Amino acid sequence: MTHNKNKLAALIFLFLCPLVSFSGDPKPLKEGEIYNPVPAIMHHIADSHEWHLWGEGKNSVSIPLPLILFCDGKLDVFFSSKFHHGKKNVKIEDREYALDHGHLIEVNNKEFVDLSITKNVASMLLSVLVLLLLFVGAARKSNKDKAPKGLLSFLEPLILFVRDDIVKPNIGHGYKKYVPYLLTLFFFILVNNLLGLIPAAANLTGNIAVTLVLSFITLIVTNLSGNKTYWEHIFNPPGVPLALMPIMIPIEIVGIFTKPFALMIRLFANISAGHIIIMSLISLIFMAQSGLGNAGAFGVAPVSVLFVLFMYFIEVLVAFLQAYIFTLLTSLFIGLATVEHH
Amino acid sequence: MDPMALVTPAIGLVFWTSVVFILLIFILKKFAWKPILDSVDKRNKNIEDALQSAEKAKKEMENLTADNEKILAEAKAQRDLILKEAREMKESLIKDAKEKATSEAEKIMDDTREQIHNQKMKAITELKNQVADLSIEIAEKIIKSELKDKQAQKKLVVDAMQDKHLN
Repeated sequence: MTHNKNKLAALIFLFLCPLVSFSGDPKPLKEGEIYNPVPAIMHHIADSHEWHLWGEGKNSVSIPLPLILFCDGKLDVFFSSKFHHGKKNVKIEDREYALDHGHLIEVNNKEFVDLSITKNVASMLLSVLVLLLLFVGAARKSNKDKAPKGLLSFLEPLILFVRDDIVKPNIGHGYKKYVPYLLTLFFFILVNNLLGLIPAAANLTGNIAVTLVLSFITLIVTNLSGNKTYWEHIFNPPGVPLALMPIMIPIEIVGIFTKPFALMIRLFANISAGHIIIMSLISLIFMAQSGLGNAGAFGVAPVSVLFVLFMYFIEVLVAFLQAYIFTLLTSLFIGLATVEHH
Repeated sequence: MDPMALVTPAIGLVFWTSVVFILLIFILKKFAWKPILDSVDKRNKNIEDALQSAEKAKKEMENLTADNEKILAEAKAQRDLILKEAREMKESLIKDAKEKATSEAEKIMDDTREQIHNQKMKAITELKNQVADLSIEIAEKIIKSELKDKQAQKKLVVDAMQDKHLN
């Protein structure tokens, strides 16, 4: 099972980034060597224990983040600045932690659980702050006697769009109890997609752990809402001969999981791919510089910047689109599980 | 970096995402979605009610206008009736007055005529009497003067005899 999963992961990965090679810290380029953008891109895509802003090596500027680790039944909490950007190990009693190319390890190979506030968690908390400021702030100004003004006049149509054009038509009767969940889902994904587009920001919705949780909640909500008709379709598909039941029932059961699984992969792949493309296009400048010198860099830069700008517009569109699709499909799955008659 | 790291969910992020997202649902439900959607729904209802009452008011106005027109028409009819009656009354009054005046005038004329006749008859009688007296006087005088002559007396008797021929 793990083997298969890894195979699939590798396949996805190869599809996303065919030129992958995995070197460590950037080393000075040798004569005639072309700059390899992959480590920088991977570094950007991945989660991190510190929030890197700019600069390399000694000059790098980053926000230290708290590490929360459980090891040998003990809780270790300290700031990432103690690692000095991976140059030093942190020793607490008999436990010694180290950063190996940004990856946290325990030197003595002790098992530990990492519940740190990583860059992605910090970014998520930031997005929560943004969401609360936007929507609780807007809610305080909502008034039944007046037309919406200011921020609310922008957010209200979006909220009503989600409720009346995504949730209502797909779930139908009894849609109301799902509205808070689906509204939160839509705006959580949207805000995090958009926050991810800010330079030096995290790639939260392009992280498999986040999309896993979101799609897992979809799975739970869908199956807990499933009525008699829904389960009947799975364990006693209508119109299927008895002989085919041993095939159909497993297929239906697998179908329960493939739908949210597709949601997980879709959001993760779309957002990560967007980040990878933008990073790759910027990397072209550095590749041109290492291969053709400064003239090459100046030649490539305008084209690269134009493409990046274009991609940025596409990414803003994708940010809305993916939030829309995730919410739409979740509503659709709930609707299919709660529909009364076929 | 290990490429598998990209597609291996980190337990920490799974934990924090679950906690944060589920808390977020409840917080936003209570402090954002419910107040916003409630006020939107209430506003929609208010607008619908306002439109309905406007429609109702419009209908009432229409009814009122119709009533007004009806009242106006009635008033006009009544006015026409009153005018007609007045006109008729005027005509009949004039007619009566004329008739009365005519009959009065005729009566006066008749009276006058009768009086004139009476006076006339009186005058004629008086005149007759005076003429008779005068005639007798004249006749006396004539006879007196005539009878002075014997011849003439005789002739008169003869003539008178002759006139009374028969009877």
